[in-house]
Amino acid sequence: MGEHLPILQVILPLIAAPVCLLIRHAVLCWLIATLVSWVCLAIAILLLLQALEGGAIRYQLGSWVAPWGIEYVVDRLNGFILVIVAAIGAVVTPYALRSVAEELPERQIGLFYVMYLLCLSGLLGITITGDAFNVFVFLEISSLSSYALISMGRHRKALHAAYQYLVMGTIGATFFLIGVGLLYLMTGTLNMADLAEQLKPLAGSRIVLAAFGFIVVGMGLKLAVFPLHLWLPNAYAHAPSAVSVFLAGTATKVSLYVVLRFIFTVFGFEFSFVGQPFGPALLVLAIAGIVVCSLVAIYQDNVKRLLAWSSVAQIGYMLLGLSFATALGLQAGLLHIFNHALMKAGLFLAMGCVVLRLGSCRIEAIAGVGRSMPWTMTGFLLCGLSLIGVPLTAGFVSKWYLVLAALEKGWWPVAALIVLTSLLAVVYIWKVVEAAWFRDPPGTAGRIGEAPLVMLVPLWIVVAANLWFGFETSGSVDVAKAAALALMGAVE
Amino acid sequence: MSGGTLIALALLIPLAGAGLIALSWRRPNLRESVTIATAVLLFAVNVRLAIGVLDGETPTLRVVEPVEGVPIAFAIEPLGMLFGLVASFLWIVTSFYSIGYMRANGEARQTRFYACFALALGATMAVAFSGNLLTTFIGYEALTLTTYPLVTHHSDAKSVRAGRTYLGILLGTSIALLLPGIVATWMLAGTLDFRAGGILSGTASDGVVLLLLGLYMFGIGKAALMPIHRWLPAAMVAPTPVSALLHAVAVVKAGVFVALKVIVYVFGIDLLNSSGAGAWLVWIATITLVLASVVALTKDNLKARLAYSTVSQLAYVVLAGALATQWGVLGGGMHIAMHAFGKITLFFCAGAIYTALHKTEVSQMGGIGRAMPVTMLAFLIGALSVAGLPPGGGTWSKWYIALAAAETGHLVIVGALMLSTLLNIAYFMPIVARAWFAPRAAIHPARSAGAMAAPDGGEGLKEAPLFCLIPLSLTALGCVALFVFASELETFLAPMIDGLSTKGR
Repeated sequence: MGEHLPILQVILPLIAAPVCLLIRHAVLCWLIATLVSWVCLAIAILLLLQALEGGAIRYQLGSWVAPWGIEYVVDRLNGFILVIVAAIGAVVTPYALRSVAEELPERQIGLFYVMYLLCLSGLLGITITGDAFNVFVFLEISSLSSYALISMGRHRKALHAAYQYLVMGTIGATFFLIGVGLLYLMTGTLNMADLAEQLKPLAGSRIVLAAFGFIVVGMGLKLAVFPLHLWLPNAYAHAPSAVSVFLAGTATKVSLYVVLRFIFTVFGFEFSFVGQPFGPALLVLAIAGIVVCSLVAIYQDNVKRLLAWSSVAQIGYMLLGLSFATALGLQAGLLHIFNHALMKAGLFLAMGCVVLRLGSCRIEAIAGVGRSMPWTMTGFLLCGLSLIGVPLTAGFVSKWYLVLAALEKGWWPVAALIVLTSLLAVVYIWKVVEAAWFRDPPGTAGRIGEAPLVMLVPLWIVVAANLWFGFETSGSVDVAKAAALALMGAVE
Repeated sequence: MSGGTLIALALLIPLAGAGLIALSWRRPNLRESVTIATAVLLFAVNVRLAIGVLDGETPTLRVVEPVEGVPIAFAIEPLGMLFGLVASFLWIVTSFYSIGYMRANGEARQTRFYACFALALGATMAVAFSGNLLTTFIGYEALTLTTYPLVTHHSDAKSVRAGRTYLGILLGTSIALLLPGIVATWMLAGTLDFRAGGILSGTASDGVVLLLLGLYMFGIGKAALMPIHRWLPAAMVAPTPVSALLHAVAVVKAGVFVALKVIVYVFGIDLLNSSGAGAWLVWIATITLVLASVVALTKDNLKARLAYSTVSQLAYVVLAGALATQWGVLGGGMHIAMHAFGKITLFFCAGAIYTALHKTEVSQMGGIGRAMPVTMLAFLIGALSVAGLPPGGGTWSKWYIALAAAETGHLVIVGALMLSTLLNIAYFMPIVARAWFAPRAAIHPARSAGAMAAPDGGEGLKEAPLFCLIPLSLTALGCVALFVFASELETFLAPMIDGLSTKGR
């Protein structure tokens, strides 16, 4: 059993999805989805522990030996990402019970869990596989299911947002496929480890360079790198609340993982950063994304949209760490993947509670909601502080390492910029906090109560995690460090 | 009990107090009893700690280490102990005063008020006892956030606008300047601990030291150096007890306390002298202390006048630190305590006048001394102390600061200090003079009916409630006591300057 964990990680949700489709009963489907999510989390943690102790785990699908057969590989990096994805899934499913029941029509609820399970399976698959084409397959599974999930939003705008994402996402996936195709053309292999070997003598090849471009731009679209981010704010704002939480915590993270995997493991550090100005290009995009999107976030009236714009800005911080091309920078970026998943999931969870009670999360609608939903909004405040990067929260730790990494390179202006843009986060988070706590509720509002416990508990688990990983950082920092060193290890 | 446990208690007591206050919202008397009990307990813990510190101990507490090498840790040195003592003692007094003030004025949202007050005191303790810059920073930010609901207490458009100024300037400067300064210190020194003699010497060129000092002094917005002093007058929209304890003692003193601590324990006064980085700071502080006094002259609103007076007095402390001598550091440390007692008395009086007579403008205060003799006598003592004249404790701290200025050859600054004292007299004494000697007829009749017994210009006594009157008398007595017992204070602070190897003494 133990040696089959890598495939179980993916196959469990993949099988559970059609089972749910057959059942279609809302609560039963929810039960299955929750159980599967929790088992997935357990498996992911076991895999990460194994990878941390004994090095990379290699699993040959159907015992077909790599590089001919498909191989699943779990090392420190993707073990880390697997845990993030599975953990967010495990928190979201209990929460979804009430949230989804409220926001979706009865007949769609069963389908919701089918799509959710497919999406989870796709994201886990992208992360675990060691095969370039397999990444594309899972990418499509997760993408198609997430288009469906977004379109389930209760407003008609959700359809438009899903369509927008579909167009952009398909372009991204196609670019990625073209890139993989070019690599196959040059090397005749799809196994990542084998690709890395075969590509070494081909460093000067134009075609390989083109493949690099297609893959990075394609995944850049899925990852919502500025300026390829335009699909994201609409998608997050109009999707059902539970979907916003799940996608905000996982989808972009997994795409970033694919970028990391390709530029470090497949193409190699030399090719990516030394042979071409990839670092500086990324630096410029990251900074532009951070500044522009933080500014845009300030002017949003819909809190979910505001958070979505903030997500694009936060992706900029992760890319910033990557663009330093140092172990410390990479460590900071990886840490921010983890911490941002925590803080943004928490913020969206809180907004989901507000939407459940108020039916809206516009700034004017949430005036005074802090008084009627104190637990929810305290959770929002704490996760907001984490997003800003206040000490004692998780967000502080990743910002700290990011600033250190910038200073290590001697880039004072970048370090200053990281700090100054935190001020923009203060502005947009405070905008929500002020409305919720310090404004009087609109006169028309009736008495509303606190969110149900089944939603509050997941929220507060995430809030506690935000605080815990701000206090006791040895776990997250050490794993990020180990993963960063493993990636950079290929260099030295 | 060990020092660590006591520190933990000092941090947890206000927190627990805030929780209990929130829980007892249905029963105001119980709620206020909780506040008083919390304040008394906190003061007792501080006294217990102070006994240890007097014996030469350094109580320490280490909580966690979020990033490598930078723990959340507390360590009490004399200056922090003094600050903790002053703040926790004055909290007891203010709590009584708040009961009188809040009830007499029928203020809303009193539970939030008392709970936030307790939280703010907890944050103040964290700042006072912090053992490194990161811990200081956390306490400092917590203090800003917990006082925001107090500043915007009235929740009208005016106070929300003022609250934005308050939060914007304090959070803005601390994140944009102070935090980078801390990170840079970490890069240079490899530690953020406060150490006697400083941690930065020998790690950076003079230019970098200069830049760092700028980041710190303007990053610590609570010290209200011009031009980042705007938040303090803005904060005056708060109820008077808040202005009294927080914006004359806890918050602003946290600012100058951190500034002084950074100068002594991070830079070290030797480094400040040898690099010449302190020179510009001396002048900025001097300009601030003169200019703010001039602005105070122009303010008719009593609380605004007091606020600008505070800006000026805070600059004394920064100046004292920037002079970088033993006398200066001693004078600065003493001034934190002296000014606290003087200014809180003045604010208490302003609140008492508002409560009893509903007057806020200086020009309306003709003849009120006859209605409120105790209050105006306390006001006189507070004003003298703040101006630095006997029998107020402020005399001694100004004395030492002037000595430091003379010792370092800054005769112009000695002149500026004297000028400032004159200006102090110029903006305080007319209030006192008018209160006693102006005819009562000058009183504007426009005020709400029923609150005052004798609106006819007669000689009727009309003091504020006893809950207001006794606290303000106590703090006025405190000013005098500090004048008499200043040498005890000096002994208390002595360990702080013992290690300093500069000229003087």
